[in-house]
Amino acid sequence: MQVDEATVQRIAGLARIKVTPEEAKALQTELSGILNWVEQLDEVDTSAVEPMTRVVPIALPKRKDEVTDGEIPDQVTKNAPQTEDHFFVVPKVIE
Amino acid sequence: MTDLTTLTLTQARDGLRKKDFSATELTEAFLRAIEAGNGSLNAFVLPTPDHALAQAKASDARLAASDPRPLEGIPLGHKDLFCTNGVRTTACSRILGNFVPTYESSVGANLWNAGAVMLGKLNNDEFAMGSSNETSAFGPVVSPWRRKGKDGKLTEAKLVPGGSSGGSSAAVAAGLCLGATATDTGGSIRQPAALTGTVGIKPTYGRCSRWGIVAFASSLDQAGPIAKTVEDAALMLGAMAGYDPKDSTCVDAPVPDYAAQMRQGVKGLRVGVPKEYRVEGMSKEIEALWQQGIAWLKAAGATIHEISLPHTKYALPAYYIVAPAEASSNLARYDGVRYGLRVPGKDIIDMYCETRAAGFGKEVRRRVLIGTYVLSAGYYDAYYLKAQKVRTLIKRDFDEAWNTVDVVLTPTTPSPAFAFGEKTGDPLAMYLEDIFTVTVNMAGLPGMSVPAGLSSEGTPLGLQFIGKPFDEGTLFRAGKVIEDAAGRFNAPDKWWLAGSKGR
Amino acid sequence: MARAQTSKLIRGGTGDWEVVIGMEVHAQVASRSKLFSGSATAFGGEPNSHVSLVDAAMPGMLPVINEACVAQAVRTGLGLKAEIHLRSIFDRKNYFYPDLPQGYQISQYKHPIVGEGEVEIEVEGETKTVGIERLHLEQDAGKSIHDQHPDYSYVDLNRSGVALMEIVSKPDLRSAKEAQAYVTKLRTILRYLGTSDGDMEKGNLRADVNVSVRKPGEPLGTRCEIKNVNSIRFIGQAIEVEARRQIDILEDGGKISQETRLFDPGRGETRSMRSKEEAHDYRYFPDPDLLPLELEQGWVDDLAKDLPELPDEKRARFMTDYGLSAYDASVLVAERESADYFEAVATGRDGKTAANWVINELFGRMNKEGRDIEHSPVSAKQLGGLVELISSGVISGKIAKDLFEILWTEGGDPAEIVETRGMKQVTDTGAIEKAVDEIIAANPDKAEQAKLKPNLLGWFVGQVMKSSGGKANPSAVSDILKTKLGIE
Repeated sequence: MQVDEATVQRIAGLARIKVTPEEAKALQTELSGILNWVEQLDEVDTSAVEPMTRVVPIALPKRKDEVTDGEIPDQVTKNAPQTEDHFFVVPKVIE
Repeated sequence: MTDLTTLTLTQARDGLRKKDFSATELTEAFLRAIEAGNGSLNAFVLPTPDHALAQAKASDARLAASDPRPLEGIPLGHKDLFCTNGVRTTACSRILGNFVPTYESSVGANLWNAGAVMLGKLNNDEFAMGSSNETSAFGPVVSPWRRKGKDGKLTEAKLVPGGSSGGSSAAVAAGLCLGATATDTGGSIRQPAALTGTVGIKPTYGRCSRWGIVAFASSLDQAGPIAKTVEDAALMLGAMAGYDPKDSTCVDAPVPDYAAQMRQGVKGLRVGVPKEYRVEGMSKEIEALWQQGIAWLKAAGATIHEISLPHTKYALPAYYIVAPAEASSNLARYDGVRYGLRVPGKDIIDMYCETRAAGFGKEVRRRVLIGTYVLSAGYYDAYYLKAQKVRTLIKRDFDEAWNTVDVVLTPTTPSPAFAFGEKTGDPLAMYLEDIFTVTVNMAGLPGMSVPAGLSSEGTPLGLQFIGKPFDEGTLFRAGKVIEDAAGRFNAPDKWWLAGSKGR
Repeated sequence: MARAQTSKLIRGGTGDWEVVIGMEVHAQVASRSKLFSGSATAFGGEPNSHVSLVDAAMPGMLPVINEACVAQAVRTGLGLKAEIHLRSIFDRKNYFYPDLPQGYQISQYKHPIVGEGEVEIEVEGETKTVGIERLHLEQDAGKSIHDQHPDYSYVDLNRSGVALMEIVSKPDLRSAKEAQAYVTKLRTILRYLGTSDGDMEKGNLRADVNVSVRKPGEPLGTRCEIKNVNSIRFIGQAIEVEARRQIDILEDGGKISQETRLFDPGRGETRSMRSKEEAHDYRYFPDPDLLPLELEQGWVDDLAKDLPELPDEKRARFMTDYGLSAYDASVLVAERESADYFEAVATGRDGKTAANWVINELFGRMNKEGRDIEHSPVSAKQLGGLVELISSGVISGKIAKDLFEILWTEGGDPAEIVETRGMKQVTDTGAIEKAVDEIIAANPDKAEQAKLKPNLLGWFVGQVMKSSGGKANPSAVSDILKTKLGIE
């Protein structure tokens, strides 16, 4: 699969990673190469196969409905670049 | 006095209990080695000497009271992918800046509760993505091994220690720690072990807890040890493994005495040799190593059977869909809001885009973009769903194999350690390093690499054992046979201790 | 396809239009802790206090599911008469927003825990069945505050990770009233089951309303989604405003663009949210930190056995057991607490009288004073006692009102009060006859006229009642007067 620069930019937008036009050019080649290479999976007949939904043969573990966590606002905000009264502060979100 | 850093973990454990030396002495020996040698190797990104000495002191108290825990006083290196309480953790990425966790990973806690001492955080490929430790934000790790030239002298070219756990493998091989924690998503324990002449085991998926380990690919990541010997690895894994209710994919099964299982020998063990692992262009010496391993096992009483794992060649491309897809989602949380790097922006989207562009290295960005693409609208079925179906087939191949064999033997890597920059030109060239190891993660099985010989250039080569789910015991006993036959391999010259900054 | 009901159609310049509405209701699950983490779901609290490391998406954190939330979702599905999927999958819905710390929401996409079901609603006397498409569990996001500072937004993750049930209806609704009735009924069912408190003011129940219009018989039109409408009233307003907006565009020859809109109650209009087409690529995939959720049929059956009686069943039973009208029964079952109160009053007593007193007297007084049934000063036991006194003829209806006032303001036991304050009704015919004779004797002219003007009977009844201090049994008074006055 060949991806073009516009696709690289669209994907970079979805991934929220800024990509300069030069970087997009290089990425276009690299990503196309990788995607072409993985396409060999088309050789495999998977029509009667289920996707792997679990790696371990166990049931989904459940926990009891009890409050066992939280109430640690200092820990939660300790590493934040910007806080105010335990709020996380971020540049304006435009709705 | 013996250079304590040349002891194995098992010998050190025994020595401490016999009071041949103290835990503080042992830790100090390693701290000195790190001080002398880490500048050239760059294996440790953050030595923690005060922390280590405090732990050693506590261990000495317990040893004095003849109340030692399983790894009492044993100095270990800890991959910087494991969150450490109060100690900076970065996954060797700029984006985690000066992140200091307020919590300890479950595997880490298990080790410290077993009495082990943390010497410091070890280097790795950024976010565990790589096979050479060349993508770390802290710079590459230099392998203590060097190639021998045609004149028999060691060449100057810096070799890679493998990746992503390159800091772990280099530190163990160079005697900067007695053992190291590592993680393996596509081969990141086994390949570095093979390239440095050390033992590395990735246990069955679900054997160790993933809680507190920076996630790369959730359905593939597993923690495991890199150590000098098979027994050392058995002791470490015994302490690392175990149930954790905080990880929904962790299995509640008892942890056996791996060292005891290791001594059971391989009489009657059925060893499978998969023909599909004989890949085109595989070097003669790898083939010879494989045959040598077969011979050793036969001599020890095992039987050898050719098996077929027909979907082997599809494991690598399937892995390079599944792993990046999961990673693209796992790395979305690195957004400059709650921790790590923040690059200012005119609004939140701008901030995200600038932060993540500045914080992620090239390989990480490449994989996040691939992952985003293969999950995106219109492509999910063709890529991600397809790869997950192929994964079922890969596992099924092994399930069938277990009908006739108990363990599978393959080479660990297609070639020995390469030099810096030799494979960074084309991402695919690097990805092919994992060709023998990814099948194991895709199937959720345990896999171990054991040093088995040296290449014509005098650099280590490893053999890989692949086992049934939760049958790590068989890997240990098969690995022990190879180790007993092949012997141990140490870098011939401790050039890094000369103190020259070989970076 | 059902013929569009003419009364619900909207008149436009080019003809009549039919509104097609589907709703996605998000209800916060009633549980102590969050869906995938052990922090508290309690409302309010200091910023980032009910937040664990998992909720804050610290590196290496992992989800573990809350079994009670699973049970609540199943019980809700059972209450919606829906198919319970014994196997369901949790998927990640990936997008970036500061109140979504993981950069993805754990939700359910292709395999939700509950499938198709139905809800019955009644609008202006007509019953209608509204189809449910599915119900799934998902995490709620935190809260972002944008209006406190020109350059910054503030993020609080207290709500992040709280369990939500997303209930998706089929596009079966055809008017604002139907939509309101649907949400009201849904809310009632959730409250009966105790699976959500449905408190819209706290944001524990929110609706996304999908609206499209078409000429009757035509295929479905392009729909717009009005997000996060948080009151029944606004749901009605938003639908009407949006339907009118779409009709106006189409009648002018334009086309409707499929978009997400917000209802602005102040302006009485919907407006488009900033273009988010790229955000629509959520890249759903099964969450690899979780395994498929597999339920045992036996466990589901046990939950079904223990479900409380639901509003529709209770309403039907009130009508048959207590002889109530459909209207009265509906009023009583609107809230489970009211229904339980009524039943405590009515058991072993006259249902109709009980209903009259609960609905007209008690609810009336409560509404006036802004109280709810849990804070009624008159208990069911007291009201029941009052009803008994009426039914057995001990007090008259009028005296009962006085008694009610005493119970409301002072409290006490109804029978005792009646006894000690001499409120008993006089039924002794001899005493009544005596009173009647006195009044007739005192008003001979009127007595004469009463034969010709039977309406004067009322005046006489009033006089006799007055003279007895309200205690005479009014029907006995009336009968005796009729006889003595010679009225048929």
